[in-house]
Amino acid sequence: MALYKDIIETVRMIDKENLDIRTTTMGISLLDCIDSDQHKCQTKIYDKIARSAEHLVEEADKMAAETGVPIVNKRISVTPIALIAGATDALDYAPFAKTLDQAAKAVGVNYIGGFSALVPKGETPGDHILIQSIPEALTTTEHVCASVNLGSTKSGINMDCVKQMGHIVKKCAELTKDNDSIGASKLVVFCNAVEDNPFMAGAFHGVGQPDKVLHVGVSGPGVVKVALEKNQDATMDELAEIIKKTAFKITRAGQLVGTTVADRLGIPFGILDLSLAPTPAIGDSVARIIEEMGIEHCGGPGTTAALAMLNDAVKKGGIMASTSVGGLSGAFIPVSEDEGMIDAARNGHITIEKLEAMTCVCSVGLDMIAIPGDTPDDTISAIIADEAAIGMVNNKTTACRLIPAIGKTVGDEVTYGGLFGSAPIMPVNLSDASVFVNRGGKIPAPIHSFKN
Amino acid sequence: MRAVITVIGKDKIGIIYRVSKILSEYKINIEDISQTILQDVFTMVMLVDLSESTCKFTDLKGKLENVGKEIGMTIRIQNEDIFNAMHTI
Repeated sequence: MALYKDIIETVRMIDKENLDIRTTTMGISLLDCIDSDQHKCQTKIYDKIARSAEHLVEEADKMAAETGVPIVNKRISVTPIALIAGATDALDYAPFAKTLDQAAKAVGVNYIGGFSALVPKGETPGDHILIQSIPEALTTTEHVCASVNLGSTKSGINMDCVKQMGHIVKKCAELTKDNDSIGASKLVVFCNAVEDNPFMAGAFHGVGQPDKVLHVGVSGPGVVKVALEKNQDATMDELAEIIKKTAFKITRAGQLVGTTVADRLGIPFGILDLSLAPTPAIGDSVARIIEEMGIEHCGGPGTTAALAMLNDAVKKGGIMASTSVGGLSGAFIPVSEDEGMIDAARNGHITIEKLEAMTCVCSVGLDMIAIPGDTPDDTISAIIADEAAIGMVNNKTTACRLIPAIGKTVGDEVTYGGLFGSAPIMPVNLSDASVFVNRGGKIPAPIHSFKN
Repeated sequence: MRAVITVIGKDKIGIIYRVSKILSEYKINIEDISQTILQDVFTMVMLVDLSESTCKFTDLKGKLENVGKEIGMTIRIQNEDIFNAMHTI
């Protein structure tokens, strides 16, 4: 039996420090649902999801009860719909999103990801239709999430798509302007998207994945912060050791839950994504970890260095603890979903430019950032291009989830409640980027992509 | 399966009696038990064997939680595997 003090430590982590399994995400391949008849294709998609994930929620809840570790979300990721719907002669893919939505409702998951297109080198007709269908798809469904991968280290950045996405993001926001433009919060624009990400809104089931697989996303910013609080006089390398040990323990909890649930569902265990994913709850913030290291306000000088160490230490601890670490794995820095980040943004301590610098050293990108509703489409595209360039050159995943809050401007806030939280509108540098964005074409892959 | 029961809260008379009464009712064997009282906070950790149990895990969990509510303490039961996974290499 584990030692007495270890048992009490685990109980405290769950009880007081918000240790949880953030998500169990079932990846489902829809490649066998391809059909030239749209109606038949939609029926096959619904049936496959409903059949495959029938027991997902039940088994996850059972496991949570047995271990005492809460499993917050149960989700599904599917093969990018552009690949599936592309075989039909449909000119609008929003009906496919409705099918995904109905299937998600039937099995009781809260989100289904994969209304996606992968276009780093260019679009197929199916990709084009899917991208144009995103605004309607996201505003006529409850549970569907969309993503577009428009760049990679190997392929460069598709600037024609970058140009389109500024417009698409804005349209998602406009169609949901009565609800603080929440439509845009369900769309992620990626560079170097991964095939096995269990986190929303960017999850999709890559074509290299098995027919069905179970991924797990673990979190625990609160646990890391408390561990640091107890070591006020530690040097940075000592802090890194403490974070590694803490990440190890959190990851092991996720590994046990993931492998057991996968086994009970009779499907392979995929990957464990150890990401410090904050929530708006007090004591569940990545920004507060950075402040605990000695930065007065998250966003101040030193923030990027502190985040770099945190992200690396989390990965090192996690890799030893799991048979297969994957997904995004690192620290997330969404603004609206992090209590400390919201506070820093409200008080002007953090800017979009600083967040961009932080994305060079952590696991994702400009995430859940509310910007003025009148921000030009081309400016949104240019921010997407900057973020994609960071991912492309640094050989890492980057993403943009920007929310142009229609009818609101700097000084206002958007409020979503739940895990999505709330966010003050952050100012955007309005220097005109329209000539740059409208050039279109491609940004070629960087020299270090040629490794063969 | 083996599980760990933890009881945490303000010390009072009859805690072990209330918990072990339920366990014996459902043929659950106590393999190890330890307790400390630190600044009036009572902490008990109990290792139990559920292989002969006549009660479903979730039902047992509910019954223990109810006792906890009655006596104003937090009572949990968790599969032993979670502690071994987190604290052993």
